[in-house]
Order: sequence, then structure tokens, then C-alpha cells
Amino acid sequence: MSDVESFRAQARAWIEENLPASLKGGGARGLTDEGDSYIWGGRRAKWTNPDAKLWLERMGAKGWTAPTWPARYGGGGLSAAEARVLEQELAKAKAPQALASFGIWMLGPVLLEYASEEQKLEHLPKIVRGEIRWCQGYSEPGAGSDLAGLRTQCVDMGDHYLINGAKIWTSYANYADWIFCLVRTDNSKKHEGISFILFDMTSPGIETRPIKLISGNSPFCETFFTDVKEPKRNLVGKLNGGWEIAKRLLQYERQNISSGGFGAGGGYDLPDAAKDYVGIENGKIADADLRTRIAAHKMEAQAFGLTVRRLQEEAKAQKGPSPATSIVKYAAAKLNQDRTELLVEAMGSQGLGWDGDGYKPEEIMAMRGMLRAKANSIEGGTSEINLNVVSKRVLGLLDHQ
Amino acid sequence: MAVLTEEQTMLRDAAKAWAQEKSPVTQFRKLRDSGNADGFDRAVWKEMAEMGWAGIVIPEEYGGTGLGTLTLGIVLEETGRTLTASPLLSTALIAAGAIALGGTDAQKQEWLPRIAEGSVVAAFAVDEGPHHHPGTLAMTKALSGTKRFVADGGAADLVVVATADGLFLVRGDAKGLTRQVLHSVDSRGFANLTFDNVEGEALSAPLDAVLDRARAGLAAEMLGTATQAFEITLDYLKTRTQFGQLIGTFQALQHRAAKMYTELELTRSCVEAALAAIDKGANDVPQLASLAKAKASELLHLVSNEMVQMHGGIGMTDAHDAGLYLKRARVAEALYGGASFHRDRYAGLMGY
Repeated sequence: MSDVESFRAQARAWIEENLPASLKGGGARGLTDEGDSYIWGGRRAKWTNPDAKLWLERMGAKGWTAPTWPARYGGGGLSAAEARVLEQELAKAKAPQALASFGIWMLGPVLLEYASEEQKLEHLPKIVRGEIRWCQGYSEPGAGSDLAGLRTQCVDMGDHYLINGAKIWTSYANYADWIFCLVRTDNSKKHEGISFILFDMTSPGIETRPIKLISGNSPFCETFFTDVKEPKRNLVGKLNGGWEIAKRLLQYERQNISSGGFGAGGGYDLPDAAKDYVGIENGKIADADLRTRIAAHKMEAQAFGLTVRRLQEEAKAQKGPSPATSIVKYAAAKLNQDRTELLVEAMGSQGLGWDGDGYKPEEIMAMRGMLRAKANSIEGGTSEINLNVVSKRVLGLLDHQ
Repeated sequence: MAVLTEEQTMLRDAAKAWAQEKSPVTQFRKLRDSGNADGFDRAVWKEMAEMGWAGIVIPEEYGGTGLGTLTLGIVLEETGRTLTASPLLSTALIAAGAIALGGTDAQKQEWLPRIAEGSVVAAFAVDEGPHHHPGTLAMTKALSGTKRFVADGGAADLVVVATADGLFLVRGDAKGLTRQVLHSVDSRGFANLTFDNVEGEALSAPLDAVLDRARAGLAAEMLGTATQAFEITLDYLKTRTQFGQLIGTFQALQHRAAKMYTELELTRSCVEAALAAIDKGANDVPQLASLAKAKASELLHLVSNEMVQMHGGIGMTDAHDAGLYLKRARVAEALYGGASFHRDRYAGLMGY
């Protein structure tokens, strides 16, 4: 038996032994108060299903919430091949994701690359175990697509930094324990005046306000900093060297939020919905035009899945995500918007509900999902910004003068 | 690009060097202007065969290298880049693949070594009307009727004929076989073949399996054609100046280029997955072949149009290569089923 295959046997046995019975075969995850079904962990986690907590603790102790991170920082220390095997075995057992985490998807990879040993030892193990939930302080009211125009001030007060300003679109800031934040440490330069800093969201002077979206949900917040004092050791990398880290993190963010196609796996499968609501003629969806558009969409989805897999295989040979991941974010946003629009269309008037008794939960979800998907081409870098990134970094086209 | 073996990498590099240096688009233009009736140069085909390309899917015991469909796809991509006209697809992939798949030992002995050495050109005759409808063929084992738009049909020494009763091998000099050479827009060697009670030998390969090889192989060639067309266009965006600016600095053009690049990457994944699935004998070959051909058709349609448009006036002239890419694009898009055929097939395969 090869090493990888013997690892498969170990992983399978461990999952069998440690996955709590109530979670086996895709059982209830325990819905969180954010109205989604992810387990985000953190100091303020509320557990409707104690088995979800147990599962996180067991996976975290094993380091398998971050399988490829070094064991020294609490990670699983697995090779890429072993991590893929673990993923396959977890999928086979229909185990719920033990931890959804901006710490794992975005912050951890850049800490591994840019942070001091002391910072890695302090933060990474808590991310792995889901003890600290992180949020991302990037966009500001005046700095969206032009992110480097950010103005949140971070002033060196000798023995500490003093932070003043406002962030917006801070995902789940109202539930987060810590924030990784871009701040301005030099007003005389644009990109070279930005630093990357970490701090505790319970520090005095921080206020968060959820923003209600067209979908009715509030995944984003406004976040305000008023005379927030933070220790200087929380700065990551060089002073005024934050832009490089910021861009690197965005690559991980774009890869991660989109590699699952914005969670396109869940919910009502389009052909099933069309058969149920439109009807079937000679074994085909009765509306030929809709059937064709659904087929075209499903083919795009398969092409996308094959591409994500191919880029991952190619990335193993290189190190870290390539600039080509920007096509993944762009393509994923379009794909999810097309999917959710088609789903609403397929359901006819039953897809047009907002809430109440006249609609099934999956019908409400279809409409809410379509509305939520409008953000996919805006959040994490607009589609236009991603096309700019491809034009410049991949295709070598120059800025307009 | 898929993670390749050392052998595949060497072959790709050799194919790339040969195509770009020995068989650039200027060679195809010369061939077109010479009015060559075969649609390809037999000396060039011999040269390609000498490099081993005609035998890539042929087992070693029959004179080939048995490297497989993905490997041949890599070569097709490189020759597709420069619009190299050759029977590589019809002979080395489709006919050789069909015989290797379903031929008797005698059939293999008779045809495969000669295909591998480049002395037999073979064609695949399937369509009977202006559209691709392989599910409703009128021709039966009696081998009477007309097959339309047969690639390399004019030059073929051997024809693999698809009928309602399965596949048949027909010799090029068989009694009752007549050919009408077509002057197709891409200047390749297409012909209508009329059969009048022609004698043929049954070949027990499934039609769908052979068609899916044809589709995946053609999609690989189209991927190469689209890639080169895109690179030529991108190069133009970086050199052409208007309003005192390189036109590639204009965001409207940058975003269209980035979208084409996205489509190229998505299509590459589908093409490589289809070719690899054929080599593995995977059961999702039909689905992946339809996916690859549909994506390649849409991609090449887009890129060939944008190539003309982004080149502006020069793109409309016969002196520029854009027109050659556009003309080949339209033929390849339709061959063995266009995007709409394959969307319909894909939906059917997936049960809706």
C-alpha cells in the first residue's frame, strides 16, 4: 500500500470513530444565528447542536481544519496529496465542514508567509481550533474598487498605535473576535503608505453596525474605530509594507470564495426544479428554450469545476495561487448569478415569493439566493476589477495614460 | 496546461517547434493559393508521419507508439495553432482510433501499420444532410447513398463509413464509390461521397465512441487555433497605436481580451478532461466530449470574430491571417456537431 493509501485508511478510520453520530451522513449542522448553516467558531459561537462543537474540537485538535499548515502552528502537517485524500474521505462520510473561517481561507496563508514567528505561534493555532473568529477590515466608504485609497489612520504614539476611521462591508464584524485590517501609516504616499495590522474587536472604541441587504440578510457591517489603542507588535510585515500582503490575501480570498462556485452545490438542482415546475415532455424539460439555457449553464459549471481542479494541480508545481485565479472569481460570480436567475425563472410565480405561507422554504431560498448573488460580482473585488487584474498581470496590457 | 509526462512534454515541444517553424500560417496560405485538390500536402503528411504522429494512438505491435489520445491531442493543438492542413485528425485519430478500438486482428494488420507510416490516408464519413444527426442515419449495410462534407474525403485511400447498421471499412478504390470534391471556405479537403451498393467490411467499433474521439480531437485542434488567434490579437493590442496610445491600454478592449482569456482557460480544462477520459475508458466520455466540443465551438466563434474586429481594417483583408482563422473556425465549429447539437446531447445524457 502506498503512503497515501495507508493515510486514506487511517483517515477513514479516524472519521468513522470521531464524527459524532448526529452529523453522520449530512445530518443537522446546527444552524447559527447568522442564518447560514456554517460553523464559524469563535469566542461568541452559539451551538444549537453540541455535536457540531465536538466535531470542531476533534478536527481542530487533529489540525485537520487546516490540513496542510505545519503541525508546529497547530495545522495537520499533511502533504497536498494527503489533504486531498482527507477531503475525499470527509466527503464520502458526508461530514459537515468542521469550521468555516476567514482565518483559514485568507489570513492564515499570509501569516505563514509574512508574519513573525511570534505572531504565527500566537494566532495560527487559535485559527486552526476555531477559537478566534476573524473579520476583514479592507473596504472603506471612500475606498471600494480603489482599495489603496483607504484613509483609516494608524498613528505611531511611541509605545502603541492609535487607530481612527471607518470600514465597510466588513463580513460578520458583529460576530468576529479579531480583525485583520488595512490602515494608513503614511499620508504622503498611496500604496506605500498602507500597513497590515491585527487587533482584538473587543478593544475600546470599536463599533459595528450590520447592513441590511436586498436579500434581507445582513452578512456585512459598517465598522467604526474611534481612538482605538493597539500594541505595536500587532503590525504584520514591514511598516508601510501592507499593500503587498493585502494583495496576496486578496488572491487567497478570490480563490477561496469562488472555488466552490459560491456554494453552488447546495439547494435545488436546476434541472430538477425545471422538471418539477415546468413539466416534462418526452423525457425533456418541456420548455425547450429554458432547457437549452439550463444545459448551457450546467456545461459552464462543469467547465468551471474542471478548471478549478486543473489550476489547483498546476499551483502545486508553483507556490501559492497564480494571477489566473482572478478568472476564477470572475467566472464563479457570473456562474452563480446565472444559476440563481435560472432557478427563479424555472419556478415561475412560485419563485417570486419573499416570505409567508404561500411559498415553500426552497422557493424563498431561490429568490433570496438570486438577490444575494448580485453581490458576487461586487464583493471580494468587482468583476471589472478582476478583469483589470487579468488584463494587466496575466495578459501584460498596460494602464491607460 | 495539464501536468504532462516527460514524454508528452518533449512531444509538445517538438510539435510546437515544427508547427511554428516548418508549418506556419504562410504555408497554409501557399497551399490554399496553389489550389491543391487534396486540401493538404502529401509530402508534409509524410514528414509528420516520420515524426511518429500518425501512430500515436496505434499500439506498438501495429507500428505505432500507443501513447494515447491525450498525447495526440497535444500535437493537434500545436498544428491547430498554425492552421496546418493535414489528415492528422481524420486518419491518425479517428480512423486509426476506430480500427484500434474495434478492428479484427486482420483489419488491424492490414491498415494500422500503413496509417502509422503515413502511406494510407483515411476519412470518416458520417453526415448525410447539412446538419449533424448521427442518431438517424439512412444509410444501411447495403452501403448506398451519399455522405456529405467528409473531411479528407477527396484524398482518402480508406473510408470509415457510419451507417444505421454500424461502421464499415470501404477502400478508396471500391466499385460504386464516387466523389465530389468540395471547395469549402477553409480550403481543406472536404468531399461528398456517393455510394452505390459498395462493398465494405464491418468494423465493430461503436459509432458514438468513434464520434466522441473525433469531437475531443477536433476540440483540441480548435483550442490551439483559438489560442494562436488570441495571441496574434493580443500582440496587435500591444503594438497598434491610435490617439497616441497603444490600443491595448483601452479598458473596453482589455476586458474583452480578459474574457477571451477566461474562455480559453475554461475550454482547455474541458478538452484535456475529455481526452484523458478517453484514454482511461471512463464512463463519462460522451458527456465530456460534448462539453469539450461545445465549449471549443463557442470559444473559437468568439475569438475568431474578435480577431477580425480588434484588427480593424487590416482584419478584413485577405492579406491578413485573421480571415484564414475565421474561415477555419466556422467549419470546425460545425463539424461533428456544433454547440447547439452538443448542448442538446449533454442535456439528454444528464437526464433532462
